[in-house]
Amino acid sequence: MRLALGMAAMSVLVAGAAPAGEIAPKDVVYDEYGAVETSLTGVPGDPANGAAVLANRGTGNCVACHASTALADVPFHGEVGPMLDGAGSRWSEAELRGLIANAKMTFDGTIMPAFYKTSGYIRPGNAFTGKAAETPELPPLLTAQEVEDVVAFLMTLKDE
Amino acid sequence: MTRANKTKGLVAAAIAALVALPVVADENAKLIVNDEIEMITEAPAPDHMENMTIIRSGWTFRTKETQALQMDDFENPGMPAVDAAMDAWNTVEGTAGKACATCHEGPESMKGVRAVYPKWNEAAGEVRTLTMQINDCRTTNMGAEEWKYIAPEMVAMEALISMQSRGMPVNVAIDGPVQATWEQGKELYYTRFGQLELSCANCHEDNYDNLIRADHLSQGHINGFPVYRLKNTRLNAVHDRFRGCIRDTRGETFSVGSPEFVALELYVASRGNGLSVEGPSVRN
Repeated sequence: MRLALGMAAMSVLVAGAAPAGEIAPKDVVYDEYGAVETSLTGVPGDPANGAAVLANRGTGNCVACHASTALADVPFHGEVGPMLDGAGSRWSEAELRGLIANAKMTFDGTIMPAFYKTSGYIRPGNAFTGKAAETPELPPLLTAQEVEDVVAFLMTLKDE
Repeated sequence: MTRANKTKGLVAAAIAALVALPVVADENAKLIVNDEIEMITEAPAPDHMENMTIIRSGWTFRTKETQALQMDDFENPGMPAVDAAMDAWNTVEGTAGKACATCHEGPESMKGVRAVYPKWNEAAGEVRTLTMQINDCRTTNMGAEEWKYIAPEMVAMEALISMQSRGMPVNVAIDGPVQATWEQGKELYYTRFGQLELSCANCHEDNYDNLIRADHLSQGHINGFPVYRLKNTRLNAVHDRFRGCIRDTRGETFSVGSPEFVALELYVASRGNGLSVEGPSVRN
């Protein structure tokens, strides 16, 4: 038990190293249309936590740009991106995973940030401090499991 | 107006009030300051802008309440700073024993200045912002200390000088000796910075008029600077806002007064060529 905790702590400390069973951001395989077939964690996503990630300013903050009827109790939805209603009917799970991990693989030049990517930035900063990043690789905006949770939530948004 | 028409008008107004979203402004409102200074808040886009046809002042994106604060100088919360700058204008500082007023008389002599900055300074062989020019005056002509680039004294002085040009169209030059700097600024405008990979254009060209969370995205013009922001309750300098925007991309910002921000200021100012100088303006 103590050993397991120690290893978990180490895996958090080693930048860029994904916990066992997770696909690291740089190892994600996108198909030619930008979809990602394989789950990033192998653990089924939790739609309730996915909804929280969408609403929370400190994690996904997806509603900053996307409106969603299912999240009507969260104030101030944006209109920069398309509405999320019906996303689970418009897209497959693999397509949604690809869109969240790095939407630019699906839509070249989209304004949407890549939520599961750690490098390849121009003047990467240390979060919202305005200062330079301290490591060559940044922590991804969402964890692998958070991406899976968001995918699980979006899959529940079916057309009526 | 007949009584029937008046009633109809009132009903229409009441319905409009019910359906209006609180964050969306009346984009057709006219900005006339003190019932006297008519501002151009919408104009054809300058020829150099390839992707836009109409430019609109940030004032047109704000709520009625915020708009009203700029329509009367007694309501404008940026004005106490202008009063302070008026005192500074007349205060002798430095080894030459001069005040601004010694050479320039009243601040009204600055009419037209704000509208053409940043501009080329032939003697120095550089593009100068108004901030750089004020500091050059202080050090070279007054023998006084520089003000820090976005110090309150500096921003207030810029507000006093901007005010003399209110209503005049922004008209910065983009060719000749400034062209290389202008090109550099344009390059920066379209560069996607930080972990969120956002350029100025992503929000202010591709998505103006859209809501991002509770904020109504404007076209990002700087004709209203210095800007009194209700958010931080002070006058804000252009480079201060640039820095905040790049910080919000989860990027490493440039410094205020850096060559990059001077270039970006020239380019962004030129996108507003044709809109009125509004500073000190009021935004959220």
